Amino acid sequence: MIASLAFYIFATILLVSAGMVVTARNPVHSVLFLVLAFFNAAALFLLAGAEFLAMILVIVYVGAVAVLFLFVVMMLDINFAQLREGFQRYLPIGATVAVILLAELAIVLGGWTLAPQSAGLRAAPMDPAVSNTVQLGKILYTDYILLFQASGLVLLVAMIGAIVLTLRDRGFSRNQSVAVQLARTPANTMELLDLASGKGTKGIDFLRPKAREPEPVADTHDDHKGHH
Amino acid sequence: MVDFLFNHPVGVTLLTVAKALALLVPLLVAVAMMTLAERKIMAAIQLRRGPNVVGPFGLLQPFADAIKMIMKETIIPTGANRVLFLMAPMLTFALAMIAWAVIPVNDGWAIADINVGILYLFAISSMGVYGIIIAGWASNSKYPFMGALRSAAQMVSYEVSMGFVIVTVLLCVGSLNLNAIVKAQETIWFVIPLFPMAIIFFISTLAETNRSPFDLPEGESEIVAGFFVEYSSMSFALFFLGEYANMFLMAAMTTILFLGGWLPPFGIEPFTWIPGPVWFVLKICFIMFVFVWVRATFPRYRYDQLMRLGWKVFLPFSLFYLVLVAGVLLAMGWLPKAV
Repeated sequence: MIASLAFYIFATILLVSAGMVVTARNPVHSVLFLVLAFFNAAALFLLAGAEFLAMILVIVYVGAVAVLFLFVVMMLDINFAQLREGFQRYLPIGATVAVILLAELAIVLGGWTLAPQSAGLRAAPMDPAVSNTVQLGKILYTDYILLFQASGLVLLVAMIGAIVLTLRDRGFSRNQSVAVQLARTPANTMELLDLASGKGTKGIDFLRPKAREPEPVADTHDDHKGHH
Repeated sequence: MVDFLFNHPVGVTLLTVAKALALLVPLLVAVAMMTLAERKIMAAIQLRRGPNVVGPFGLLQPFADAIKMIMKETIIPTGANRVLFLMAPMLTFALAMIAWAVIPVNDGWAIADINVGILYLFAISSMGVYGIIIAGWASNSKYPFMGALRSAAQMVSYEVSMGFVIVTVLLCVGSLNLNAIVKAQETIWFVIPLFPMAIIFFISTLAETNRSPFDLPEGESEIVAGFFVEYSSMSFALFFLGEYANMFLMAAMTTILFLGGWLPPFGIEPFTWIPGPVWFVLKICFIMFVFVWVRATFPRYRYDQLMRLGWKVFLPFSLFYLVLVAGVLLAMGWLPKAV
């Protein structure tokens, strides 16, 4: 009784927050509702006995993906009126996608009701004595090792692609080279001078930082002598 | 009575609430005393006296501070998003509290002894960043926002290497259950074979709790007080309590993963007389002391140094050590049997 009550509570919050993701006026609120939806989906996983999946869902989606989403959405300067403008234009495409998804769901659910045993045919047998995590590991790293590794490779390629697309030298970034800094010695950064009293260092320019000159991008620290 | 407490739904609920109170009340008192202990230890390191006016040795100072906080006015900035602005400190505080549900204080002494305990802890601690981001954004002000962005990037970065450290420990245990993790250390605490990982984990917890030398999200010399510039009174106090409770949580995680939880240092006579919870608390106190020690010793990192340390030093090293540990376990036949 309590379990089904919990199910309906979590499912209701999940659906409502999923709706709010689409309808909320403020994009930051949308992302926060998305987080709430993820969280309730994790709770549903827990109720179904899939504790490992529930925790991974929270760690990966709530803890990392949605944080980056939020990060990006907060940084954007969004014009809400402009955001609403395209609504009419994109409505047919969105509606088509929604209808297709709905039809697929109906097919899945229809199959489920017509032949309740069919899903069990493809499922791996559960051993109630062995914990969920161990069972997943046993299947994932044996029968599905190829698919598992392939999905890892796909992610790797996506990651490298993202880095290649965004990593460029803008020419004004002051990257530090730790090796260069550690290799600095007193000999190449300072010089001891004997100065007559009352004379100062005028004329001997190199004791002062050459701030006016444009600095080269790499190893800015060892090619000009002087104090920083 | 026993039957009612363990089988009747109302009884079970009452028992769970009682357990939670038995854990959270000492925790909150510990948080209060920690604020005093931190000031006292830092004073000792810097050759000062520290708070010594309120009560004997200044012991009542935290309570005086709490009363001061309660008496002050809660100010909500005009441009702030009211709901989120008030929700953020509550979220931080609540997350710092609920994580304690799975911490075993002694053999089997946890409110919920779940199969995936360490993942639960990891999940809750990775959600801690929301309190900070929401606070920074809802304040609708520049410094809090900068603090929130710094914090988000920092916490996400260090979680990665923390994850690898946890995986390395799990390789040696063969279970995600916190109780089993402690029991696996009966012969030797993991801090000895996995010493580099323990150091990485500790430094990552410093970054994860925004503690010095990684306290950039609240770096007062650059961004005033970071994400809680706009907070006052109890909303500020909730942030404060949440941060300290999080430090205790991270100390407890370090204790469980590396310092053998409730186990005594040697399983022989004089050590075994002291009960497990005492050992557990002693170890947490030691790590909390190191937290303060680090704060009083090291200057704040620069932001790019922090990121370099996380991504270019800790991540490759922990990945390397993970592979090394897996290889050694496999070669020596020390891999734990599947539970």
